[in-house]
Amino acid sequence: MSQDEAVLPGGAIEGARKAGGKVNPLWTFGLLRSELLTTFRRWRTLALLAVLAAVPILVGIAVKIETGDGGSMGGGGPQGGGPAFISQITNNGLFLVFTALAATLPFFLPMAIGVIAGDAIAGEANAGTLRYLLVAPAGRSRLLLTKYATTMAFCLVATLVVAISALTVGALLFPLGELTTISGTRISFAEGLGRALLIALVVAASLIGVAALGLFVSTLTNSGIAAMATTVGLLITVQILDQIPQLHALQPYFFSHYWLSFADLMREPVYWDDLVKNLGIQGLYAAVFGSAAWARFTTRDITA
Amino acid sequence: MEELPDTVIATQALTKRYRGGQLAVDGLDLTVPAGSVFGFLGPNGSGKTTTIRMLMGLIEPTAGSARVLGQPMPRSARAVLPHVGALIEGPALYGFLSGRDNLLRYDAADPTADPRTRRTRVAAALDRVGLTAAAGKKAKAYSLGMKQRLGLAAALLQPRRLLVLDEPTNGLDPQGMREIRSLIRELASDGTTVFLSSHLLDEIEQVCTHAAVMAQGRLITQGVVAELAAGVRGRLVVTTPDAGEAARVLKEQGAGDVVVIDDRVTAEPPDRDLADVNAALVKAGVRVRGFGVERASLEDAFVALTGEGFDVAG
Repeated sequence: MSQDEAVLPGGAIEGARKAGGKVNPLWTFGLLRSELLTTFRRWRTLALLAVLAAVPILVGIAVKIETGDGGSMGGGGPQGGGPAFISQITNNGLFLVFTALAATLPFFLPMAIGVIAGDAIAGEANAGTLRYLLVAPAGRSRLLLTKYATTMAFCLVATLVVAISALTVGALLFPLGELTTISGTRISFAEGLGRALLIALVVAASLIGVAALGLFVSTLTNSGIAAMATTVGLLITVQILDQIPQLHALQPYFFSHYWLSFADLMREPVYWDDLVKNLGIQGLYAAVFGSAAWARFTTRDITA
Repeated sequence: MEELPDTVIATQALTKRYRGGQLAVDGLDLTVPAGSVFGFLGPNGSGKTTTIRMLMGLIEPTAGSARVLGQPMPRSARAVLPHVGALIEGPALYGFLSGRDNLLRYDAADPTADPRTRRTRVAAALDRVGLTAAAGKKAKAYSLGMKQRLGLAAALLQPRRLLVLDEPTNGLDPQGMREIRSLIRELASDGTTVFLSSHLLDEIEQVCTHAAVMAQGRLITQGVVAELAAGVRGRLVVTTPDAGEAARVLKEQGAGDVVVIDDRVTAEPPDRDLADVNAALVKAGVRVRGFGVERASLEDAFVALTGEGFDVAG
């Protein structure tokens, strides 16, 4: 843009634009980069990741102390319904990865996602920065997509933080080596590592539904705190309802119902049914609440 | 296009009714000529900010239409807004980011902004508002005046054809106000149209070429500032040690609304040659130190138009 165009009278934007230099379509991703940088530089994001990283450390140390006394660990995950990986940790540190993911998936991980997703739009509205992003102009659909992509990136990073922290602690405190699948077959450590990565990806994908829900809630209010609290509240409610047997007809539609199906990746051969159902539910939530968020955000009056 | 090509903002019967039923803006017909410094005046709660939000595509009008730079808003927001710099209802910043990073983020939000020149443009904008020294400081440590400057810098990241500034001197000290006003004049002389909302009448009088006055959601008047003020008759001012006697003579001569403050007597000038009035004063033995008509200020114009004081909220 040159100074000359700045003095053009009104009604000639297209001409000015053509004369003023080409707009590179790639520039549109500048917002995503900025969003990622902004999110991961926040003290709050780092604190959430630190809490997530601490869970495997605590589990690892607890198991070490427990078995150090000569006793053996009982079965059952620390959250109750989780797969029985914990008893295997003393034999193979890699099982700490599965245990840690099983322990964080029901609450810690989705809560962290709820905070990030709930704050995505509402937090900007709360700070007043939303109006400046929109007059920049960020574009409402573009901003919403950017926010959703960033929330997804956070899902992946958060899951990987848990997995890597668990792998490190597992390697430091326990032996590593060949491992036994749930089906009883032996697989090599390398293949086990591959399965662990696959499980981490499935766990990250399991959070897509919560992320979409949180983003939708975030478009409803101008208070970041309210949006976070609502999302986390919904998460807890759904988790409780999922435990009530009388509601079993509804339960397959809860975003958390098939979460622990990731353990099926440790079967030989892999049992895909529930895994596919889980990913289907996540896709459904993303479609429904993503559209709802879009419908709401693109028509809403920005008064904050 | 039916409208004049040199109109930067044109609204027709622009109306906004909020969900509570409250009518914030009522049938606004606003015309902002290109190259003007346009003062948008009105008490708090008169609908100025709602109007600005509709012009910027943040709020959907209930009725009527708005065109900015010749394009309909909010439909053409993505084509229009890159040419518009805005400061709306005070600055909003990311407190955990430095001043510079705040601007980098706002610039990244504009898909037409070239990332290769981003740092240079941000540095230039910071320099323009005098924030270069504080650019690395976290925005939450900024004073209100510094935040206001940073908000202004965000509006100046690119050469703009229109600047919409909502109360730009809020929170600034007198020195800062002077700097911002001279910056506005400088931008206007480059050809940028400036749409300046304010509740400070003297500010509008100092920097604006045109003005519109709003009260309770309605446009009361708009036009060239000098003409707005000229429409109101000035007041006759007599300075004299014999104030009481002067007041009596002025009433006798047909002057209305005579007010005596110490040695100053002011009145509505009577409909006759003021030289005769002065002669009458002297003949009555009033020792006149000063005699003249004070030009009407925009405030007088406002009071004459609305029939009420300026600081009354709607």
